[in-house]
Amino acid sequence: MNNAKTGLAATLALAVGLAAVGPAHSDPVDDTLVIDGELEMVTRVKAPEGHPFDEVISGWHYRTDETRALEADTFQNPGMLYTQRGEEVWNTVEGEAGKSCASCHEDASASMKGVGAHYPKWNAAAGKPFNLELQINDCRVSNMQAEPYKFDDPDQKALVTFVKHQSLGMPMQIDLSEGEMQQWWERGKERYYLRMGQLNLACATCHENYNGNYIRADHLSQGNVNGFPTYRLKQANMVSLHNRFRGCIRDTRAEQPKAFSDDLMALEVYVTWRGTGLSIETPAVRQ
Amino acid sequence: MATPKPRVKVPKTASPGEVVTIKTLISHEMESGQRRDQDGNTIPRRIINSFTCTFDGVPVFSCDIEPAISANPYFEFAAKVEKSGTFAFEWVDDDGSVYSTEAAIEVK
Repeated sequence: MNNAKTGLAATLALAVGLAAVGPAHSDPVDDTLVIDGELEMVTRVKAPEGHPFDEVISGWHYRTDETRALEADTFQNPGMLYTQRGEEVWNTVEGEAGKSCASCHEDASASMKGVGAHYPKWNAAAGKPFNLELQINDCRVSNMQAEPYKFDDPDQKALVTFVKHQSLGMPMQIDLSEGEMQQWWERGKERYYLRMGQLNLACATCHENYNGNYIRADHLSQGNVNGFPTYRLKQANMVSLHNRFRGCIRDTRAEQPKAFSDDLMALEVYVTWRGTGLSIETPAVRQ
Repeated sequence: MATPKPRVKVPKTASPGEVVTIKTLISHEMESGQRRDQDGNTIPRRIINSFTCTFDGVPVFSCDIEPAISANPYFEFAAKVEKSGTFAFEWVDDDGSVYSTEAAIEVK
């Protein structure tokens, strides 16, 4: 396995050697993420029991020096503009009930601290796991009597970013003992290893077997989700987790499941578990 | 996107004569006036057209901003500080609004 990896990396390095781009080897960069020189983040952590890896590594380690630096400085991090926007949304009254998020939850820096680090959570009423997006929509409909957000509405992304940002630096940890979370975890695991599309790729093909290698110009990470919603330089915008799931599945040339569908919720439960213990980095900056 | 909100980063302390780096950022659409909406009508220009920074009333840095500057303009510049004081920052919007903020620095 290791030999195969080095072999592939060497071939790629040779191929690009003349153009003088790309690092000589493709291991994740050894570096420490400290936000604004104050908050030290956990970006490498011992994997939970039953995990295929010994160590769980944040996608931050797989990015270039410049991209990593952007995330380390909240002033430079473009995702912070969306956090700012999310705070406005938090305080905006919407719906028949004449309420904003702040009407009930008040100061997000206190009430939402740590909340985002424990989603997805079992929701007994719905009989499925809820992520932040679903929880917010549920709150909008039942408490604010407002329209639920459509998938990837700019306000939805900003608000989720803002809420999750309140858990910055806290370890990601979900509770699998609640309700039927274990079954959803199993289902997500199946999905993770399921080969799909014309390219016949599973999530595991890239993110488990070949992480650390290059897929064309892209340095494959372990595919952890602790930085979502993430500011992606490619889109110059915030990218939600289900958008990224769908994008990855599209790239295998498979049919894309709908956002928040049972398939993708199961996958979110499983993939979140795979990153157990990593610090929440929202808004992370990626390629 | 959001209501324009300025952010500045100035060191809290410095030694006399030190050259400090100042960073400023303001969230703003910077609508260039060149774009059209879905019906083909021109979207009117609305940008921040000037930025100034003063230190206790003395100009430190200023510039005019043109439509080609992208959204959320970011400026980084250096200033030499001899004594404690306050940096004042001002952004002027096409619609006449002025967004301002301040940051104090202690020189010791």
